[in-house]
Amino acid sequence: MSSLATIGGPVGLPHFLVLAGILFAIAVAGIFLNRKNVILILMCIELMLLAVNFNFVAFSRWLGDLDGQVFVFFILTVAAAESAIGLAILVVLFRERKSINVENLDTMRG
Amino acid sequence: MNTTPVAGAADFALVAPEIFLLCAACAILLIDLWLPQRLRQVTYLLSLVALVVSAVLVAGLPGERMTAFGGTWISDPVAKLLKLVTCGTVAAVFLYSRDYLLARGLFRGEYFVLGLFATLGIFVMVSSGSLLTMYMGIELLALSQYALVAFDRDSPVAAESAMKYFVLGAIASGALLYGISIIYGVTGTFDLDELAAGLDGSAATNVGLLFGLAFLMAGIAFKFGAVPFHMWVPDVYHGAPTSVTLFLGAAPKLAYFALALRVLAEGLGSAVQAWQDMLIVLAVLSLVVGNLVAVAQTNLKRMLAYSTISNVGFILLGILAGTPDGYRAALFYVVTYVIMAVGSFAMIVALSRRGFEADRIDDFRGLAQKSPWFAWMMLFLMVSTAGVPPFVGFFAKLYVLQAIVDVGFVWLAGVAVLFSVVGAFYYLRIVKVMFFDEPAPGLAVSASGSFRFLLSVNALAVLALGLFSGALLDAINRALP
Amino acid sequence: MEKIYLAILLAPLFASIVAGLFGKWVGRAGAHTVTILGVAVSFALSVYVFNHHVLQGQPAFDGAVYTWLETDGLTLEIGFLVDQLTVLMMLVVTFVSLMVHVYTIGYMHDDDGYQRFFSYISLFTFSMLLLVMSNNFLQLFVGWELVGLVSYLLIGFWYKRPTAIFANMKAFLVNRVGDFGFILGIAGVYYFTDSLRYSDAFAAAPAIADVYFHLFSTNTTENALTIICVGLFIGAMGKSAQVPLHVWLPDSMEGPTPISALIHAATMVTAGIFMVARMSPMFEYSETTLTFILVIGATTALFMGFLGLVNNDIKRVVAYSTLSQLGYMTVALGASAYAAGVFHLMTHAFFKALLFLAAGSVIIAMHHEQDMRRMGGLRKYLPITYWTCLIGALALIGFPGFSGFFSKDGLIEAVAESTIPGAGYALFAVMAGVFVTALYTFRMVFMTFHGKERMDEHTREHLHESPWVVTLPLVLLAIPSIFIGWFTIGPVLFGDYFRDVIFVLPQHDVLAKLGEQWHGPAAFVLHGVQAPVFWLAAAGVATAWFLYLKRPDIPDAIQARTRGLNRLLENKYYFDWFNENYLAAGARAFGRIFWKGGDRMLIDGALVDGSARVVGWLAGVIRHVQSGYLYHYAFAMIIGLAALLAYLLVRT
Repeated sequence: MSSLATIGGPVGLPHFLVLAGILFAIAVAGIFLNRKNVILILMCIELMLLAVNFNFVAFSRWLGDLDGQVFVFFILTVAAAESAIGLAILVVLFRERKSINVENLDTMRG
Repeated sequence: MNTTPVAGAADFALVAPEIFLLCAACAILLIDLWLPQRLRQVTYLLSLVALVVSAVLVAGLPGERMTAFGGTWISDPVAKLLKLVTCGTVAAVFLYSRDYLLARGLFRGEYFVLGLFATLGIFVMVSSGSLLTMYMGIELLALSQYALVAFDRDSPVAAESAMKYFVLGAIASGALLYGISIIYGVTGTFDLDELAAGLDGSAATNVGLLFGLAFLMAGIAFKFGAVPFHMWVPDVYHGAPTSVTLFLGAAPKLAYFALALRVLAEGLGSAVQAWQDMLIVLAVLSLVVGNLVAVAQTNLKRMLAYSTISNVGFILLGILAGTPDGYRAALFYVVTYVIMAVGSFAMIVALSRRGFEADRIDDFRGLAQKSPWFAWMMLFLMVSTAGVPPFVGFFAKLYVLQAIVDVGFVWLAGVAVLFSVVGAFYYLRIVKVMFFDEPAPGLAVSASGSFRFLLSVNALAVLALGLFSGALLDAINRALP
Repeated sequence: MEKIYLAILLAPLFASIVAGLFGKWVGRAGAHTVTILGVAVSFALSVYVFNHHVLQGQPAFDGAVYTWLETDGLTLEIGFLVDQLTVLMMLVVTFVSLMVHVYTIGYMHDDDGYQRFFSYISLFTFSMLLLVMSNNFLQLFVGWELVGLVSYLLIGFWYKRPTAIFANMKAFLVNRVGDFGFILGIAGVYYFTDSLRYSDAFAAAPAIADVYFHLFSTNTTENALTIICVGLFIGAMGKSAQVPLHVWLPDSMEGPTPISALIHAATMVTAGIFMVARMSPMFEYSETTLTFILVIGATTALFMGFLGLVNNDIKRVVAYSTLSQLGYMTVALGASAYAAGVFHLMTHAFFKALLFLAAGSVIIAMHHEQDMRRMGGLRKYLPITYWTCLIGALALIGFPGFSGFFSKDGLIEAVAESTIPGAGYALFAVMAGVFVTALYTFRMVFMTFHGKERMDEHTREHLHESPWVVTLPLVLLAIPSIFIGWFTIGPVLFGDYFRDVIFVLPQHDVLAKLGEQWHGPAAFVLHGVQAPVFWLAAAGVATAWFLYLKRPDIPDAIQARTRGLNRLLENKYYFDWFNENYLAAGARAFGRIFWKGGDRMLIDGALVDGSARVVGWLAGVIRHVQSGYLYHYAFAMIIGLAALLAYLLVRT
């Protein structure tokens, strides 16, 4: 089994995991740092799912088990459906508010 | 995988209800496209028929635990029970929603089709034998729910709450997936049985596994709406059309219970030490925040949302006991809670009119003078949710407390009781408002006959199940031996 | 058989719900039809059960039909114990109840609360059956409280009368005192046996009788069983109106007459007697309790009889007679002659219900006038009522051959045999009571039906016999009032009817001693005529005749001479005065102190309002976290996730 010490060496599992972790973190940070545009949030969500996919593929390759890659296909499909629904909600929202500004989504609170 | 890779007829027999429900939902979707608006009732009736037939098919499943499709699918008594309760709940929700939707011009096929797909998602979650199946169920349910919340296209609040729900839900499923990927990396399997078999007592100190578990837990907590992953609950309950809130507040809780039961109790049972501690924090926070903030609400839907959060605290208490008694208590709690929640939200629907949502607590002022019968029904529901004997809510709380005291968490029981007392305040405030305040300018209950009948049955069931709690307890003991 | 037991129990409940909740829809006729049918079903099935258990000799049934709740060793269930004692009570309850239902059609004919009344009496029948059929203390207690509740509702049935409200409140409060003892007794049973089932408690009774513990101080020890039994008996004192918890029963006559007959004479007030007889395997081992019971019963039997002598309200005379007769039954229990007590309970249920209903019939005829000084000579206007009332009166005074004779004579002889401390006083009280009983009973009969007609002209013109729904129950009750003693005394008192049901220690078994001289009912009657009891009764009747028919001026003269005694009796021994001025006033004063100091300042001020304020403030603060902004929500989730991960660091 590889260990984190191999980071300096040839590209291996740790590199993928770290990359996926960084992508995941960027995505999460993007969601709550961004206060303007809802579309950016949708993009961040995609990014988050892709980060997870990286993990799955890397583990699958490392374990020599195909299941992880099968999971990735499912995630890709679901992500597509999710984007469709997200965009649909966005369209409805824009029709009602004439705005896709995240800061304006505050009519309900408390 | 130790089973034959080729799926046989026996495998398909175990998923017959799901296959039927899928086909029915698709067929209803198509039929609905060609129906003129005046025949929209057909969609509604077909959906009810689909639920009834699925329930019949579920009832015909074998009574013992069986697996299908290489262990990715489990058919066992608890799945059977949960599916039957789901069918009943969703059917009741459809029935309650009909008048509401008709009055607002929302009586469209989407509501029912999405409801059926969500039901299918619940079914899949309940029967999941692997994390992959579970994920598919979760997403099917979640996507249907996002769409349902946004379903009233002309409501700005609905769109806003749908957006919040969607974004937060996506983060949660991202976290859940990330957790699954780590657990997969550590154990090399998605199969819950293999997971359970591959882990031993050292699981609770396996850093990689715990890392994944933390993410997984965040996902589960979000689904339940446990503090601090609860922020979506009040806004979504409040913003969604009441008939959708009715749906969200009830049946999915059964699926989330199944999620916790399958993944935590069955799959990661040997890491109980680890997830128990996490759940304690979540449960206590939920009890505290849910009950406290509910006190300050003026909107009944928001109040019930916070009440949901506090009740989730109780469900989590049952699960974190980590004993069969605890799981049974949580199952009892979740089933009874679903019955009470459906009834409570249905009361709001019963009072509402076109252009008047009746979702403020003030709208219930003096209801006892205008509609005494329904004021009493609401009293039953509120008092039961507050946990007053002999209503069933009391027994639900009692069993959970007993389960956690049995494993030595006396202080947790103390916290739960203390905040139940706080909770009793806002439930009883509704009663006070209904019976002792001057009537509000709103109108009396004017629902259709079937609605009134179902609501009365629903509220009286809360009393009957309390008086005859043995029957429900027996069913649950059989489901989770 | 469980299904039949359930049907007996639930038929009146169902009828009550129909008449009560749907009274407007089913109407008056619907309400009385459905309730009478319900009770008739219960009665018919009770007869069937009697046949099954007694005539065919099937073994008793003892089992749970439904488990309500099971937690850590405490099992709460609904179950039936059906044996000879239960069957007897079921027959009495359903039969009298059926008669009262029919009678009510006539008595409540013009009342606005017609359906409500039928609903209540059916509910009462259900509750009473629940009580007598129980096989555990919980169900007994539920039935006990339910009959109390219905009694409360019925005493205050005419809720616009202030006196009725006062009376039902009084009944309620006095019964709370009794219930306090009762519940302590039940708690004691549970404490010592870990079970609420009769069978467990009975099996454990001899063992508990050997347990001593410090209750009041470390210097004195108390017997555990005595504490339990005294507690249970205090409950019986409340329900069966024994001195000093008797004060509610005379006032309960504010309720309509049918319920005075059903609840406050025939059934509910005998619940205490039934309960003690049912618990005989426990009471037997506590001689202290038996003495206590004996003294209380004897006091009630004699001194309540005196009060019947000075009252002029026809219903109150019957009420005091009920008190006195309940005292007789209690004496029998104290003398370990449980069977005699239950036997007297049964005969009394018939003839006292009869007397009440006859009094009710008189009251109907007199247009709701109850004062006997305005009656007289009613014999020729109300022939059926007169004859049935006379039968009831003869049964009450124990005229040889009537049912009351068998039960009362058997009872007195049993007391004479008893060696329990206090038996001497009890014997004197019950013997003297016989004279007093005969005197006040025939005072009532003579003042009402004989002598000068003292009513006003208007009333006299409208005097006529009551309708058949009123007279039919009178006749039907008169039959058992005469005959039932003949057939039942043998098996019940001296035979083995109660074998395995009522338990008596050999050294207490007075009925067995009497049984040695038992040569059948005819010999018993013959023996009775020669005994002093009979002559005492005859002297009572003669005195009544002399004082109230022959020389009506004498009673006034006696009253004038014995002013002090008279005042004592008219004020009912000052029980009410004492209760109101000392107990109630003291309790109110205490209450005021606790209310002002404890409740208002400490609990309301500091705890309730204080904690409510803290909760409200916290809620206000926490809800601001819910800012409405999506990124705040997302941030909260990330914080939560981070916390879970941080926990991981701490843990490993």
